[in-house]
Amino acid sequence: MTSRRCILLSVVLLWCITHASSEKQLKLTEDKNKPPTDVDRSLSEKSPEGQLHAQKSEETRDTSKAEPDQAEKAKSEKQFASKEADVNRDDISDQQGKGVNDEAEFKRPLAKDQFQEELVIKPLPSGDIYSSFQFRTRWDIDFFQPGKKVSHYRLFPKSLGQLISKFSVRELHISFTQGYWRTMQWGQPFLPAPPGAELWVWFQDTVTDVDGAWKELTNVISGIFCASLNFIDTTNTVQPTASFRSLGVGNVTDQKFLRYALLPREIVCTENLTPWKKLLPCGSKAGLAVLLKSEKLFHSSFFSQAVHIRPICQDWQCRTMAWELRQTLNVVFDLYTTGQNKKEWSLFKMFSRTLTEACPLASSSKVYIDVTDNPQGELFELHPSSATLNQAVVLGDRRTYAVYDLKMMDTFGSLRTLNIVLRWKTSSGADMLRPLLHGERYVAGYGLQTGEIHTLISNNHPYRAFPVLLLDVVPWYLRMYIHTLTVTSKALPNKPSYIHYQPSKDRVRPHLLEMLIQLPPNSVTEVTVQFERALLKWTEYTPDPNHGLYVGSSVISGLVPSVVAMDTNSSQEYPLFSTFFPCKEESSYFVRVYTEPLLVNLPTPDFSMPYNVICLTCTVVAVGYGSLYNLLTRTFQVEEPSPGLVKRLANVIRYFRGVPPL
Amino acid sequence: MAAPLTLVLIIAVTIRAILFRSSLAELLIERVEVVSPLNAWKRVVEGLALLDLGVSPYSGDVFHETPLIIYLFHFVIDYADIVFMVADGITAVALYLAVQDYNKNVFRKQKYALEGDRYPADCLELIRSPKEMYYIPLKVALFYLLNPFTIFSCVAKSTCGLNNAIVALFILSTIKGSALLSAIFLAVATYQSIYPLTLFVPALLYQLQRLYIPVSLYRTSFWLFTLQYASMYLGSLCVIVCLSFFLLNTWDFIPSVYGFILSVPDLTPNIGLFWYFFAEMFEHFRLFFICVFQINVFFYTIPLSVKLKEHPVFLMFMQIAIISIFKSYPTVGDISLYMAFLPVWNHLYRFLRNIFLVACVMLACSALFPVLWHLWIYAGSANSNFYYAITLLFNVGQILLVSDYFYAFLRREHHLTHGLYLKRKDGSEATLVLK
Repeated sequence: MTSRRCILLSVVLLWCITHASSEKQLKLTEDKNKPPTDVDRSLSEKSPEGQLHAQKSEETRDTSKAEPDQAEKAKSEKQFASKEADVNRDDISDQQGKGVNDEAEFKRPLAKDQFQEELVIKPLPSGDIYSSFQFRTRWDIDFFQPGKKVSHYRLFPKSLGQLISKFSVRELHISFTQGYWRTMQWGQPFLPAPPGAELWVWFQDTVTDVDGAWKELTNVISGIFCASLNFIDTTNTVQPTASFRSLGVGNVTDQKFLRYALLPREIVCTENLTPWKKLLPCGSKAGLAVLLKSEKLFHSSFFSQAVHIRPICQDWQCRTMAWELRQTLNVVFDLYTTGQNKKEWSLFKMFSRTLTEACPLASSSKVYIDVTDNPQGELFELHPSSATLNQAVVLGDRRTYAVYDLKMMDTFGSLRTLNIVLRWKTSSGADMLRPLLHGERYVAGYGLQTGEIHTLISNNHPYRAFPVLLLDVVPWYLRMYIHTLTVTSKALPNKPSYIHYQPSKDRVRPHLLEMLIQLPPNSVTEVTVQFERALLKWTEYTPDPNHGLYVGSSVISGLVPSVVAMDTNSSQEYPLFSTFFPCKEESSYFVRVYTEPLLVNLPTPDFSMPYNVICLTCTVVAVGYGSLYNLLTRTFQVEEPSPGLVKRLANVIRYFRGVPPL
Repeated sequence: MAAPLTLVLIIAVTIRAILFRSSLAELLIERVEVVSPLNAWKRVVEGLALLDLGVSPYSGDVFHETPLIIYLFHFVIDYADIVFMVADGITAVALYLAVQDYNKNVFRKQKYALEGDRYPADCLELIRSPKEMYYIPLKVALFYLLNPFTIFSCVAKSTCGLNNAIVALFILSTIKGSALLSAIFLAVATYQSIYPLTLFVPALLYQLQRLYIPVSLYRTSFWLFTLQYASMYLGSLCVIVCLSFFLLNTWDFIPSVYGFILSVPDLTPNIGLFWYFFAEMFEHFRLFFICVFQINVFFYTIPLSVKLKEHPVFLMFMQIAIISIFKSYPTVGDISLYMAFLPVWNHLYRFLRNIFLVACVMLACSALFPVLWHLWIYAGSANSNFYYAITLLFNVGQILLVSDYFYAFLRREHHLTHGLYLKRKDGSEATLVLK
């Protein structure tokens, strides 16, 4: 009996090991089944990783890095699958073998999961440095398989996994941002986020009480991230019809299952970063996450951390689901003004740490430096020199990146540490291409009675018009008048082709305005709408009422024509036959722009005198009541002269004596 | 007599037409004294815009008009100016005719009383002559049409003007003795803003008096007529409410209009007593005080009807005045309606105690409203208490005005039965006191 059990155990163990080690081959065979794409071709041309040193490969493309683009979702999925062929095989089989040994004790079949980490550093034209971290955990498991409860977690954080199963979440996106992304100075971010906290969730269509689930979910997330998301209630939750499409597989389009909320006043600080770091498989102990020191991160112009969870396809046929968790952190350091006007930076200067190793659990760990403006090395000098060059189309623009693979020992050199330093040779920076889509917003008017919200959306494309979706969520205490809505482009009325408006209910729900606006080329479209400021109850104001109340950013989303497609002079680099018709993938890309949040003052009552007001008003009502009561109950009588004091005293005495009064 | 009325109408329409074209119209349309969330023109336009977008106007919290108003302005939105001018004209003419008829009645009664020798000998001074009564209807029309409050209200296109027209038509049909029309107009007025509900009693009393049915709980004729009038009133109210339902196919307007009037969720400042009181109210007392304040409006009906059951038109005036002081969203348009009645009580002038003071208070307050509003909202050099103080004073002024007229009316009645020059027991000249 015991021998049979032993055999069974060893069989299970063996099966697990072979399964794990053969998964790479499986993956490769899956890749072969795919129709050859652009990316695949380029990858097949790529030489084995060990020989890649100092080799400039113009053809190599890897766009999987930072694509928030939902339109290119399917494409990036393919790339993710293909990218797995790219990882160091020995490392992964080592790790997974270890994992298997652990798991064999629990006698469970292993659900495949993997972790990737990545840092992109981009010097911005303004002299600031933009660093974007992405940590991606992918788990080939379905949380909603009937009759099967997921309880063993490895790389995927358990707190989030439980949250997904408990609340039947299909997709969850949350971001905490401190500061405002200056599109006109910095260009488009990889992952846009509005100031404050933003949360949007798609629920499974099996959820019956979506509002209840949403309420509980916000409270749970609030606990996980130590944030005040419990302030999300019906007054700031909306169900956008078109602006927030689901980014994962499965095309749910019924916005009944979507909830979107924005807390523009949320302050982001260390207590939000720490729980976020704890969700990483290596924590902040190893890998890129060692750079995340809050005393440096919060000494920056812009800080944004986010968590995105979505279901993705496990394979090309999309028969089974996998879950993807992306943790992103974007930060812009103002090294130019704090560094005595020297445009020079290093990892140590920015993060006060250097890199010494990759996260051992990560299947890939890379640092990308944007060197597009420096093709011949005349503008700046990168030290240590770039290992690999990588070209990709990011946000419609062709960029070149120097790649440092932390999985390779050579990257760290003899000092066993990597501190990337960039020294500028000239003081003049490169010109930035104006962002094609840009939005800004302000409140016009004076006084505390009425006002007007102006939203300016600029299309900087020289000859292409494109439509954008504008989403505006205005709190109920700014009573918006939809009949005053005007949309003008180039001084002509521009009628939106689609308007979805949901009027507010006092103390219940906000105004929701969604519009599809066609932006003419090279123009600024102005959207104005008037509102009236409400006087609230004295308990409804914030503790600092004269500071004003924040109104969340409006969201502009659209497919923007790509700069690459716009550039007709690139024919010298490419074969002529490939450049006549613009390539579909590159012709447009998805952009979401958040405008500034608004700070609006409301008329305030005097908070110090509720008692006085109650007393005074009640007095006036009593004057009315009293004078009418007086006239109603009394009758007119002839006034007889009142008797003198002596007589009255005598009458009192006579009363006690029982004698009739005088 | 028709010629002077026509002249007044022409003058009134000219003034309004000029003001509609001036920049004052833009200013007035936002003034909190002139428009309230309940009757602002901006909100009517918003409701129609929502309807055009395919959204129910009652799904939001901006539109609080009744479906009848939507229906009306759906057709005449381009002629809104004319509609409001016509409404004012109708109000004035209706009040003119009503007061004319009422005065005839009063004079006839006085004649019978004189013939029956029921007045004390020294009361001849109090007897009203046809000469002094002749111009009263015209004065009423004049007071309504040329009152700056009415003009502002009309130029701001506050739907209060329409409600006033309905109430005026109700008064006219009551005084003319048409029970059915009276019930219908009362139902429409109630449907528009609930509060005219309290005018049911004076209308009933007037018609009973007209039909010589004594107010006695033991008479079947009294109960018969009351039942008849009440059923006409409730029937027409039912019909209107159901019509509104079929107009938009939703009952949403009930909470959105009547719930809004009764629960006072919108605390936009106005000239009334509710806004600041409920902005500063402690949350757990809110319901209690809302009940108290709303009951306060309706409550006076009972004692006033008992006291004034012989004088239903004065009772009507008292009710309209009390509504316009204590209602949840008052505007100057409401005040102008009861002010139009003041010339009818010309003969009470000698008994008014503090009319000069009250007049000064009302004038000063009217001037101070925009000043303090500007200081609070635009200049930022004052705060809400300043505006609140002026609303308090304005309401005290109105209360004093109304109670003064009530006092004068009661006192005249007392003199008409007991003689004008009363003597004490010892024969010296007596002073009257309320005891």
